[in-house]
Amino acid sequence: MPKPITSVNDFVVKFANVNGSGSASANQLFAKSILRMGVPIASRNIFPSNIQGLPTWFEVRVSGANHLGRRGGVDLMVAMNPQTWDADIASIDPGGYLFYDSTKPLPLSKFRDDINIVGLPLTQICNQAYKDARQRQLFKNIIYVGALAWLLGIDLGVIEQLLGEQFKGKDKLIAPNIQALHMGRDYARDHLPQIGLKVEHTDAVGDRIFIDGNSAAGLGAVYGGATVAAWYPITPSTSLAEAFMRYCKRFRHEADGKARYAIIQAEDELASIGMVIGAAWNGARAFTATSGPGISLMQEFIGLAYFAEVPAVLFNVQRGGPSTGMPTRTQQADLVSCAYASHGDTKHVMVFPEDPAECFEMGAQAFDLADRLQTPIFVMLDLDIGMNDWLCRPFAWDDSRQLDRGKVMSAADLESGKQFGRYLDVDGDGIPYRTYPGTHATRGAYFTRGTTKDRFAKYSEDGATYVDNVNRLLLKWETAKRLVPAPVRRDAAKPTNLGVLYYGSTTPAMNEALGTLEAQGVHVDAMRLRGFPFSDEVEDFIARHDRIFVVEQNRDAQMRQLLINECEVDPAKLVRVLHFDGTPVTARYITGAIAGLVNASTAAPLRKVVG
Amino acid sequence: MTYLQKPKLHHPQLPTNGLGFTHRDYEGAISTLCAGCGHDSISSAIIQACFELSLPPHRIAKLSGIGCSSKTPTYFLGQAHGFNSVHGRMPSVLTGANVANRELIYLGVSGDGDSASIGLGQFAHSIRRGVNMVYIVENNGVYGLTKGQFSATSDLGSKSKKGAVNTDSPIDLVSMALQLGASFVGRSFSGDKRQLVPLIKAAINHHGAAFIDCISPCIAFNNHAGSTKGFDFVREHNEAVNYMDVMIGREPIVADYAPGTVEVVTQHDGSVLRLRKLVEHYDPSDRLAAINYLQERSASGEIVTGLLYVDPKADDLHDHLNTVARPLNELGTADLVPGAAALDKLNASLR
Ligand SMILES: Cc1ncc(C[n+]2csc(CCOP(=O)(O)OP(=O)(O)O)c2C)c(N)n1
Ligand code: SF4
Ligand SMILES: [Mg+2]
Repeated sequence: MPKPITSVNDFVVKFANVNGSGSASANQLFAKSILRMGVPIASRNIFPSNIQGLPTWFEVRVSGANHLGRRGGVDLMVAMNPQTWDADIASIDPGGYLFYDSTKPLPLSKFRDDINIVGLPLTQICNQAYKDARQRQLFKNIIYVGALAWLLGIDLGVIEQLLGEQFKGKDKLIAPNIQALHMGRDYARDHLPQIGLKVEHTDAVGDRIFIDGNSAAGLGAVYGGATVAAWYPITPSTSLAEAFMRYCKRFRHEADGKARYAIIQAEDELASIGMVIGAAWNGARAFTATSGPGISLMQEFIGLAYFAEVPAVLFNVQRGGPSTGMPTRTQQADLVSCAYASHGDTKHVMVFPEDPAECFEMGAQAFDLADRLQTPIFVMLDLDIGMNDWLCRPFAWDDSRQLDRGKVMSAADLESGKQFGRYLDVDGDGIPYRTYPGTHATRGAYFTRGTTKDRFAKYSEDGATYVDNVNRLLLKWETAKRLVPAPVRRDAAKPTNLGVLYYGSTTPAMNEALGTLEAQGVHVDAMRLRGFPFSDEVEDFIARHDRIFVVEQNRDAQMRQLLINECEVDPAKLVRVLHFDGTPVTARYITGAIAGLVNASTAAPLRKVVG
Repeated sequence: MTYLQKPKLHHPQLPTNGLGFTHRDYEGAISTLCAGCGHDSISSAIIQACFELSLPPHRIAKLSGIGCSSKTPTYFLGQAHGFNSVHGRMPSVLTGANVANRELIYLGVSGDGDSASIGLGQFAHSIRRGVNMVYIVENNGVYGLTKGQFSATSDLGSKSKKGAVNTDSPIDLVSMALQLGASFVGRSFSGDKRQLVPLIKAAINHHGAAFIDCISPCIAFNNHAGSTKGFDFVREHNEAVNYMDVMIGREPIVADYAPGTVEVVTQHDGSVLRLRKLVEHYDPSDRLAAINYLQERSASGEIVTGLLYVDPKADDLHDHLNTVARPLNELGTADLVPGAAALDKLNASLR
């Protein structure tokens, strides 16, 4: 028997539950109580594409040191699902703990002898206390939260306060929940010793907030001035559209109840993007929220928006593909399908938020970018950021900021005799002026079409006219490089010829891995990519390093493909570090992969790393 | 170049409308369709209707899909913004545009291939949402632009120019529109301007989803013996249930018809439709009766035309969405951005 793991404010708890059993809110209560004790956490749901009956997991990483990515491994398993028992038991780190319902005796062969077993007769306690089947199920979850609070030293007062907040307005639910909580705590206190994992009050959370990326992005769309949303339900993007709805209800109604927004649940994704394009053409800020399959359906329209130069914002909350793939698991696998969406020569702007704070910021900024560049903008979230609660810096807004509507000619501009050519580049940045329909009685009207046209929007099939137009689009692409969010650089402690590029939800695991690698003597300069097209800084970073790891969560190294394609980099310089099983990448995985690659090439003794 | 003002005073003899515009102010570029194409007659009916209604041309947005029919917005209302979108998807683009600015008039132009085949879903959903628009299908029973394939409105047994016989049941967009809740439904024939122009005028003045199916023969691919959408066939089988005058504002209603033969309908915006009945018992306010009548006459090979259904008090999508009176595209930072203080409060609730 290895030594029981002992740790204060630094461990991983994993809950194995059955979908639809009401465990989600109890688990969240558990997670939030630790946060309220001032200890940073990262929590992640792993759930099936199903409403009831299939296995789900909830992982809480407790990290006083602020490591908010997945670490890998499990220190305490709360095994509530007999279906997944064997795999759950197997995933516990040696010396770790198993918490289970001991009502029914299990044969010894069902356990491991290198872990610590903590049994609580949960069903028995519950059945004695409650007669009603639904009550038994719901309170069972609260009872185990109470027991865990005792085992880990979580402040019961904090949980009681959270229950009070949760059931505010439904006050008669508070007392029975607190009663169940105490039932669990009391039984555990009377029958079980505390374990080696401890939560202690500290002050490491600061003013940070705890929110999911979809809510943050929906809020960003409100602050970005979006007035039209058209969408079709698809996991994991649905909650983004719903968040927009929720925040609009809060912020966008007049005293008489009239709405300063319109949300349409379309008949499919083709209609969603069609509505977005129609609204944006007509001068409203419009967006859709979808996932990979929706993007596939939107292809023809995306090409129209690119070629006719209509602004549009698309939030793509990526999930595991191809096809229906792993609809409730995370991946970053739509980069190529978004970057070059549609037929013909097309390229599209993408931004990559690292956490909900950036989902908010980029969610708002995307609308400025779309108007400024008059083109579709893809905000690339993924399920991990979109649907999990993340601890991130609070939202901030500068009240002097105005919506940047880009180059739009007003009635006064037209009246003053300013020359208007819808596809005429007057400033040398490849971006022409547009007019909103109905602006002026005799000037500024033009025909929007997907066919080739000249600088004055007149239909033309002339080759030279076509080339002139599509080359201007390339100039606009150059302008986009300066407007998309700049990459963020983090240099190693010592000069190095090794670099790493990463983006999006990989960030917290990457940050932790960089620290671990540094401690192991592996020095790597890091750059977090935040926008596509790539700015000069990205090309410069690649040029200054001999070997660059590109860490991503897809099989085909899609960011690497884009780098090779757009920056004409020697492919041999860009080394793939890939994780694509549908679970969020862990710090241990990245550390292991990079250390392995570095050690293999320097022929130094291999360090063993847990994957 | 459409942004240039057209010389207006060249034809002082041309009649002007209430805005002082002549017919020419409602024209567009010269048509590139086949000479004699039914679609061109519909364009000129649209021009006539807008002229007669004294609409400011630039306050109309004309949207279309892809096809010969969908090309026509270039050939009318040169001062209006136009959007030639993608095949079968005009309804969604129009819906989005309408939501963005409720103050313009939305004219959607489509073909039978565009609306009854690739775009059947979008056709249906735009109608059931009650988008305030005039949706015209220029129905020739054939794919004109791709050279003569059957479309989904081709009648069973109808012969293609090459001699093939259609074995698929037709889609009747008028019956569908009725079933889907369109609040204004008409059918007409490109060769009958006397019926078509007032129908378009009434549709423009209608608040809600107005649908017009206009039979529009394709000279090049569907005007031969054996076709059920050719000029001769339609003339022989056209069974108009009514003709209509549309009166705007305070024009006096002069009763110059025998009692019982005229029905008066006052729409939401005050426009008055005077229907001269040709089929005595046809009641355009009865949706179910209209559906029945259409089925019955269609079974005997007749094409029923006229104003088939109108609900003068209908709602539109904006009513359903409860949007502000100001167009959404005019709202600025102060109207839309809740600001830093609201965000601080929100932050506090997320800890
Ligand atoms: C996605 C797509 N598929 C096919 C086409 C080719 N196409 C162009 S027009 C057309 C049919 C048009 O028929 P209809 O709407 O009846 O118009 P008409 O030409 O008869 O007026 C087709 C199939 C296209 N433009 N886009
Ligand atoms: S092919 Fe037919 S529909 Fe097209 S322009 Fe010619 S006549 Fe009209
Ligand atoms: Mg046709």
